Amino acid sequence: MVHGEVWTLKELFLFPNEYIYWSVQIVMYPFLTGLVAGAFVLSSLYHVFGVKELKNIARFSLVFSFALLFAAPMPLVLHLLQPHRGAYVFFTPHFTSAIAAFGIVFFTYGAIVASEIWFVYRKHFVDTALRLREIQDKTIWQWISYLIFCSLTLGSYDVSEEAMKTDKKAIKVLAGVGIPVAAFLHGYAGFIFGSVKANALWMTPLMPVIFIMSAIVSGIALCMLTYIVFLEFKKYRLTRARAAQTPNTYTMEEIKGAELNVIKMTSKYLLLFLVFAISLELLDLVFRGYTAVKSWDILKSVIYERDFVNIFIVQYGLGNALPLILFLIPGLTIRRAVVGLLLVLMGVFMMRWNVVIGGQAFSLTLSGYMHYALPIIPTDYETFKEGIGGALLVMGLPFGLFWLFIKMFPVHGRTEEGG
Amino acid sequence: MITRRDFLRYVVIGTAGAAAPLGLANPAGVLAGKDLTGPRWVFLLDTFKCVGCGLCVKACKTENEIPYEANVSRTWVERYVIMKDGTVLADTPKAARDGFTRNVIDLGQGKTQAIVTEDIAKAFFVPKLCNQCENPPCVQVCPVGATYQTKDGVVLVDRKWCIGCGYCIMACPYGVRFFHPVSHTAEKCNFCYHRISAGLKPACELACPFGARRIGDINDPDDEVTRIIKDGRVSVLRAEYGTNPRNYYIGLSEEVR
Repeated sequence: MVHGEVWTLKELFLFPNEYIYWSVQIVMYPFLTGLVAGAFVLSSLYHVFGVKELKNIARFSLVFSFALLFAAPMPLVLHLLQPHRGAYVFFTPHFTSAIAAFGIVFFTYGAIVASEIWFVYRKHFVDTALRLREIQDKTIWQWISYLIFCSLTLGSYDVSEEAMKTDKKAIKVLAGVGIPVAAFLHGYAGFIFGSVKANALWMTPLMPVIFIMSAIVSGIALCMLTYIVFLEFKKYRLTRARAAQTPNTYTMEEIKGAELNVIKMTSKYLLLFLVFAISLELLDLVFRGYTAVKSWDILKSVIYERDFVNIFIVQYGLGNALPLILFLIPGLTIRRAVVGLLLVLMGVFMMRWNVVIGGQAFSLTLSGYMHYALPIIPTDYETFKEGIGGALLVMGLPFGLFWLFIKMFPVHGRTEEGG
Repeated sequence: MITRRDFLRYVVIGTAGAAAPLGLANPAGVLAGKDLTGPRWVFLLDTFKCVGCGLCVKACKTENEIPYEANVSRTWVERYVIMKDGTVLADTPKAARDGFTRNVIDLGQGKTQAIVTEDIAKAFFVPKLCNQCENPPCVQVCPVGATYQTKDGVVLVDRKWCIGCGYCIMACPYGVRFFHPVSHTAEKCNFCYHRISAGLKPACELACPFGARRIGDINDPDDEVTRIIKDGRVSVLRAEYGTNPRNYYIGLSEEVR
């Protein structure tokens, strides 16, 4: 069977070679890079612009961005028909292709985030390494931790006040440089689609900007949501610790107060970018309808008829308008915020879906349609990776990595380290 | 003893000299400029002569080892039926491999539409194959350079280097590209490059009993195909994409996609 044939339903007149070649993994790719960029921008709001209220979530989202960064290339590799040749993109990049820039942008960005994390956590690495060094009769686990933290210090043990000042400066510069690079990382994902002149839905110079705005929205939303889950877990542990009469550094009121404050403050930024994102998307839609070039007839039938529920009900209605109202009603509670955040994330995911799958919903003939039947129960490797299983696998990966990373980079401590 | 002024002068001259071949002269451009004498392959397609028999598709699949039953093809034939009320109907079932033998239009998903002969205003067939564009978007977007343009104008795919990302398939406005069901790499018509390089005709041209498709060398003024293109009235598909396609059609109607 031809690649794509199993999940493509064709209707009316299409060229014989047309199929949905870019499936759910290509929906996941911009969704994940968007989360990377958004999480980083959120952390930079504190590091660069000194938004004090975001201090707690800043470190959290920086580490989360790093975890997401590792997961971002996964969907790309999974969708390749020759995945073992994926590294050719780095070895023989063909620079007239937008995808060829991936290696450079991705590694530049990775280097920036890694360096920033190093500066933020340097004091923590040094303290931990020194503390472990002093322990006599180390267990094997302590030996391993000691070696890991010694390597993480990169041999720099200077934690004097002056050195810390320099670190702070470096963090500020890296966070500042990181913002345009993060925007570029995601903007260029938008460019990959926006520059395909053969595709009437994708081709618009607004695409990279729309992608960046919705990226920031989704990144902030996911950070807020994970932050809430993280603190709820802490609260749960605190209740259990109290029951067991063990001493704890936090009081319940402290956590509750901090949680609501951070969420209230962060949601203001979320709303700001959400309004930008919606405005740009609507501008694109209005412009297409107003200019009504040749392709508009079929685009109109896709947008207003075939994909109406996906676009207007799920994406704009449930994913944009409803959370906007939920966050604007005064007296925000954590519960309401969680509902709003889940809806925002779904809205951004649906926006990616409606661009990637919607862009392939009509034929190059402009007289035929294709429908993507998402494989749910896999029958082979291909229907697994390009179906719901592959999508969930890719979505779960950053959370696993994040769990691993916070063992090395504590995201919610009281100690006043570099960042 | 070299003075500072001389040193600076040498540095400037040296840098400019070294940069010139990199920046000013594109090596591919230099090579192409030298080779004006070689062929530049084009195709001439006569829609008045095509009867939709599908022999070209059969021949192409066999010659180029595209699995016979696979629903993809390097070349295909489209049927257009324009009704008296202005409705445009078109189809290309199985890429027209088995020809058009029934008076029903394929609507996909197993549905068909019967045609009443008396209601037809006009009907015709249009053969399609890769346009070997002068400015190929598929080559532009390939992230690893696995697809490239030869100096005689044909766009080829390196099956050993293609990573299977599908960007070229998305970028082609003519829908000629697909994934080969066996090699799992991007695949397309290459004018039977192995044959034309050996002085033979492409398989589809040989199989066509009516002379509806003919290859030619646009650089050869004595080639009959070149003469028809230069003297006659021909048109190309989707010129608005700026791809500069090199398949010329005789009798192209505005309904053709």
